[in-house]
Amino acid sequence: MTERRHELRRFPWQVRDSGLLLLVVAAGVVLVASVAQTAVDGLRDPRIAVAFGILIAFGEVLRLNLPGDRETAPIGMAGALAYALLIRVGDHSAQHTAEQVVTVTAIGMIVGALPHLAVGRPAKVGGMSIRLLCVACVAFIFRPLAGNSAVAHHWGLAFSLMTALAVLALLLEAVLTALLRVDEQRARFRVALVDEMRVQLPLGAAVGASGLLIAFAAEVMGLAALAVFTAPLLVTQVAFRRYAGIRATYLQTVRALAKVTEIGGYVEPGHSERVSRLAVAVGRELGIHEPQLLELEYAALMHDIGQLSLADPIPGGATVLVSRQDQQRIAELGAEVIQQAQVLGSVAEIVRRQNEPHRGVEVAHEGYRGRPGRVDGEPSRPPLRSRIIKAANAFDDLVGSSLDPGRAAAAVQQLRLDTASEYDPEAVEALSRVVNRRSVIQL
Amino acid sequence: MARLSWAARLYVGVVVLAAAIVLIRGPFGDIRWWRNVAVLGLLLVVFESTATLLRPRQLAWSPNSSATLAAAVLLGPVGAALVGACTIFGLRRGPSLAQRVFNTAMMALSAYLAGRAFVALHGTVGTPDAHSFPKVIGPFVVAAVVHAVTNHVLLGGVLWLTSDRDLAGRRAPLGMSVKLIASDLGYGAFGLLIAALWSVAGVFAPVLILIPLFVARWAVTQIAEQQQAYEATVGALCQAVETKDFYTRGHSDRVSRGSVMIAREIGMRGERVEAIGYAGMLHDVGKLGVPTKVLQKTGKLTEEEYAAIQLHPMRGLDIVREIGFLDEALAGIMHHHERIDGRGYPMGLAGDEIPEFARVLAVADAFDSMTSTRSYRGARPVEEAIAELRKWSGTQFDPAFVDAFVAAIKRDGWQRPEPPLLGADDLTTIAAQDHDDPSAPLRVIDSL
Repeated sequence: MTERRHELRRFPWQVRDSGLLLLVVAAGVVLVASVAQTAVDGLRDPRIAVAFGILIAFGEVLRLNLPGDRETAPIGMAGALAYALLIRVGDHSAQHTAEQVVTVTAIGMIVGALPHLAVGRPAKVGGMSIRLLCVACVAFIFRPLAGNSAVAHHWGLAFSLMTALAVLALLLEAVLTALLRVDEQRARFRVALVDEMRVQLPLGAAVGASGLLIAFAAEVMGLAALAVFTAPLLVTQVAFRRYAGIRATYLQTVRALAKVTEIGGYVEPGHSERVSRLAVAVGRELGIHEPQLLELEYAALMHDIGQLSLADPIPGGATVLVSRQDQQRIAELGAEVIQQAQVLGSVAEIVRRQNEPHRGVEVAHEGYRGRPGRVDGEPSRPPLRSRIIKAANAFDDLVGSSLDPGRAAAAVQQLRLDTASEYDPEAVEALSRVVNRRSVIQL
Repeated sequence: MARLSWAARLYVGVVVLAAAIVLIRGPFGDIRWWRNVAVLGLLLVVFESTATLLRPRQLAWSPNSSATLAAAVLLGPVGAALVGACTIFGLRRGPSLAQRVFNTAMMALSAYLAGRAFVALHGTVGTPDAHSFPKVIGPFVVAAVVHAVTNHVLLGGVLWLTSDRDLAGRRAPLGMSVKLIASDLGYGAFGLLIAALWSVAGVFAPVLILIPLFVARWAVTQIAEQQQAYEATVGALCQAVETKDFYTRGHSDRVSRGSVMIAREIGMRGERVEAIGYAGMLHDVGKLGVPTKVLQKTGKLTEEEYAAIQLHPMRGLDIVREIGFLDEALAGIMHHHERIDGRGYPMGLAGDEIPEFARVLAVADAFDSMTSTRSYRGARPVEEAIAELRKWSGTQFDPAFVDAFVAAIKRDGWQRPEPPLLGADDLTTIAAQDHDDPSAPLRVIDSL
């Protein structure tokens, strides 16, 4: 976990939504120019173009959401890559230009997006623009070379070049998507890029390899390669969809079950949800990576779950007004509950230490049953994510569901006054930035 | 497979013998042919060594069929059988020697039959070229189907004969088999791709093929891991809800198990069985909304207090509504206290109006309540609880599900909870009445 202090760096052009606009405009310009050029030149090899167009459209219909609200269209992307990298179909040398690749890909994508529109799922223009730009990039580099006899007749050369281009396309996709994320979620670019690569790598590798395979196989199988290769990638995609589904249900379930504390009257309605949203925003601000952010979200949602083990609700919930002993006991009990699940070890640890002062506990006080954070007499700091929850929790206790910016500012001020011992100054400052941004948006 | 019945021994013996005959008889090809057998065999060993174990039945799943089917096209039936026989070199720790030998024979036989099917339909054996397509596709698809079906039939046979009830499952596998055959066919298609690329990429073809296959495999493991993590988390959270009441600890878990037993017995689809398991787990979360003093009350309940208890299924629904479960699971949680005669709560639905899940849950719920210790009585023996279920069958419970449950219990038994040890545990409260107990209904003050 990044414990050191990060400076907040932003480029001047990083104004909200400007990135998305820039992307769409870039994709639009490339598309319009390509369509115009294709119209002038006329469509070459129309049969091949239509076959790939259908495949791309089919892939777009079957697009898929990966964890973290990432939209991908693996089959469409593989089809488009293959079309860009196509050298021969059977004995026939592929004649199409880069402009034609862009045109066919765009038409396929738009046609494939129509069924989604019909059922009320608007297309994500950002994602589609990125996919189109990546394909365009590969096409404009490779198409002029495809007719070259050196490339056409040396398997090794063609293979290396095509591999390099497929990797380039997928890298470009990750970079552009990360930039978009920086813009939308105020994440840091480096963090966003690493997260993006981590999520996209497995499926990306399959997409790239399938793109290459189909381009090669078309030489032997003709257009039948499209149908043959789609089946396995389809199976892969089904597996990924299932995976994403379970991930989503998991989060929904933790969210829902965190609400039992509210229904039982232990805490104020909406408390866990608000704390988790705030904590995740603060964590992102501090450059925490996505898998750890997810754990932070779980921990924040369940931070009061320990109250369930108390016979009677603490009046008013576990607010800052309750004694440290009681708070600590709730944290301990909550951590025990989470520990039961076995798979959420670090979440349990975050919850366990959510009440410790940010410098750590000097002396294990009475009634403290957990591991006191001491190593050789030095108090060890609670994990960053525990400190974030502590700050977010206190903030929500003071502000509640109120949207009043004045009240929020006062609460932040109060937390700041307590940074000497209780709250982590780093977390409080990040929280203050998140809260300020939020009130600016509301105004 | 330590102790096999004679039928199973005979079966395994016949399969192994048939495979051996196929392998020994030939005909074999030239040096090149043997080299290709070696390359594809190596590919198969890689697949076999990295097989994914499927939960909950410990069957291995691997994309082996792509190697054997490629061999069927490139090398013919005997070559395919030889490649299939390389299964024996797989570096998987799980299977015993007997299992390994059987698996090998099974793979060799299915590969051989697939190869025969391919040849019988006039598929040309050898490296395909531009002119082989698309006419090779038809025979190949048939070969892939033959491969998958033979594989599953042979496997089904051994599972059925080894009387390992857990493994055989006896009814559940049908849906599972269809899914497995479908994914087998999907990966079988890679076989044709390997064969097709053989002429342009030679032995590199399998390398290219490996990447997507490993990604798929990775995804499958991820699914299994997430699923396990998810189940553990739901279980832990349900337990947290239960800690409030000393006597109902483990109740959710047992109701979940009971509902799954009924669901399996009546032959529900796998997906629905899974959903009903979660519904059982979560059916009482709404109880948290009932004030502790009501749950603890020893005397008769007032109308308001009874109303508060009657509200708990709705509260439960409020909590779980946003979870992306099957709607059926939600309906089950909401209606698990309805009665067949229409005198239940919260809606007073009767007969078939009550969702199927709710009728299943109701049986398992009441049964667990009766066989657990309560503050006002000890746990009842299973036979007595069954008699009680039968007594209320048709008025409170759906007779079909009562019968199914009784049949399942008779066969598989029922693990009753340990009687709770009352200790100096200050965290728990003791409920004086149990709303789930049909033999001791809640006492409500009659309104005047």
